[in-house]
Amino acid sequence: MGGINTVELTIVVVLFLLVTVLGFLASRWRRADNLMHLDEWGLGGRSFGSWITWFLLGGDLYTAYTFVAVPALMFGAGAAGFFAVPYTIVIYPLVFLVVARLWSVSHVRGFVTPADFVRSRFDSPTMALLVAITGIVATMPYIALQLVGIEAILKAMGVNGDLPLIIAFVILAIYTYNSGLRAPALIAVVKDALIYLTIIVAVIVIPSKLGGWGAIFGAAEEKFSAGAGVILPATGQLGYATLALGSALALFLYPHSITGVLAASNRDVLKRNMSALPIYSLALGFIALLGFMAIAAGVTPIGTDGNTIVPVLFQQMFPSWFTGVAFAAIGIGALVPAAIMSIAAANLFTRNIYKEYLKKDATPQQEAKVAKIASLVVKLGAVLAILGLNPQFSIDLQLIGGVIILQTMPSVALGLYTRWLHRGGLIAGWFAGMATGILLVYNIPKLNPDGTVAREHFGGSAFALSKFGFDTKLAVYAGLIALLVNLVVTLAVTAVLRAMRVPDGVDGTAESDYTAEREDPTVRDLPDPLESVPPGLEGGARAGR
Amino acid sequence: MSSASRPPGDTATAGVAPQRSDRSPWNWLLLVGIVLPLLVPIYNRIEPTLFGWPFFYWFQLVLVAVGVLTTSLVYRATRRGSADRQAARDAVARDQER
Repeated sequence: MGGINTVELTIVVVLFLLVTVLGFLASRWRRADNLMHLDEWGLGGRSFGSWITWFLLGGDLYTAYTFVAVPALMFGAGAAGFFAVPYTIVIYPLVFLVVARLWSVSHVRGFVTPADFVRSRFDSPTMALLVAITGIVATMPYIALQLVGIEAILKAMGVNGDLPLIIAFVILAIYTYNSGLRAPALIAVVKDALIYLTIIVAVIVIPSKLGGWGAIFGAAEEKFSAGAGVILPATGQLGYATLALGSALALFLYPHSITGVLAASNRDVLKRNMSALPIYSLALGFIALLGFMAIAAGVTPIGTDGNTIVPVLFQQMFPSWFTGVAFAAIGIGALVPAAIMSIAAANLFTRNIYKEYLKKDATPQQEAKVAKIASLVVKLGAVLAILGLNPQFSIDLQLIGGVIILQTMPSVALGLYTRWLHRGGLIAGWFAGMATGILLVYNIPKLNPDGTVAREHFGGSAFALSKFGFDTKLAVYAGLIALLVNLVVTLAVTAVLRAMRVPDGVDGTAESDYTAEREDPTVRDLPDPLESVPPGLEGGARAGR
Repeated sequence: MSSASRPPGDTATAGVAPQRSDRSPWNWLLLVGIVLPLLVPIYNRIEPTLFGWPFFYWFQLVLVAVGVLTTSLVYRATRRGSADRQAARDAVARDQER
């Protein structure tokens, strides 16, 4: 590599400084008169319109890690890596109706987190705590992985050492602390402009330099000729479809997605976004193919880090100044989701652990204060995880993250439609699904290209059905199997508890909450759960008032 | 902001809130965008290619458009009247002025 590329580095630093200024200015944007309220700091005042929501959710769901890891997967595994496209197609029709219901009930009742909803709906602080812990545990490695994206571009620029990474994250931590969700919302606009610019230039310039798309797919075909070439082997199709479906089911259960949803100003904004967000999926399709372009260009990753193939490809194809722009796009693309994720995790900690168990009479000011500090702790944890632990550990955890967050589906998503599920059933189902999921992923080996075992555990998320005794080479996404176990246990235990007439608590929500619109008298402009305890909660843990 | 918030106890609950429904036959159209991308065998092939792209790749990008089309249709067909939507926007504007 030979030293640091100064042109690239200068452009990255300048663009990084620009978004830093934006991040600090964001606190004045749409003048919140009092940021010391979780609705302001943690949900941007619940006021984002269609455009801002589009940028925010886009920055939230399509992360830098995706931009780096999906092409790396295509580079290493071929067609299977393209699952990201059906995954991000399926998701929007799937959640189209669901997110609108979640938005409505959350606005009527002042919920800030999915665990708030579960607590009130099923009258179960325990299930809420499980949802909160699941969310935090699933989010932490996701934040750490955003750093992997930044690391990849730093490596490509020849910058060594941990200091630049620490500086980037410290600055991110300070402006998130200062401006809350408004910071990533504003920065997401810059991030997307850079990302789209990079992709459009990449799909025009790179194929013409490599001799056209035919040559690109030809090179990939040759590389994977031992298998099924550039399409899936017959046995890989079920795994492809279940991974796409399972990942789609999981995505909007992640706390950071829900934070983005709740920050929207009304139901229309969300529904319109569900049809506009797939534009990112189109971009993702082209980004995935950067992996094949890297094959055609004969890119070799730096060291053993497969995640560096896209940065290296850019360096080979673009002049230094444009490579700098592209690198800045990836780097800033890491900051946006990292900020939203840390805010989401902080909201969960504050609302469902601190306020529920540590300080029941916390004022809104104290809540906001705790959330801001929690967001710092979360980011510090992510930096320490990347510096102190093997990055592989974060990747393993993130793999498990998708599997475990799926286990909150019955309470968070089905709960929006039915109250029939019993809190005891949900808790039992969560434990069953969690145990199954972790056991399955633990038992998936990572194979070398020649079929020998590279690692015995946490080698992927596709579970071979032959291990259950089926005579087949098919594999299924482990998260879906775990969810199935979860659902069966939830339903069975619910049926038993209902038959035994075990009390199922008081539903803190009303049927009409789920379709409430912004102009309804029930929808609060700035809900304050402390000032107005929702009906049905009076008997709960907040009874002290 | 605190002076403007509603009194404790919040009298505006179930009785006052309008009963709406998010059910509609149009919602079934959403299934197209969910089921089609999961039917991998129908598109797991090379031919016909388009601009050098194997079918597997270009067809899935076409499916993105199918997803956009169906969700947009459902949104258009089920959205509320313009007066209602204006009321929602007014509510947002009103809250921001506080």
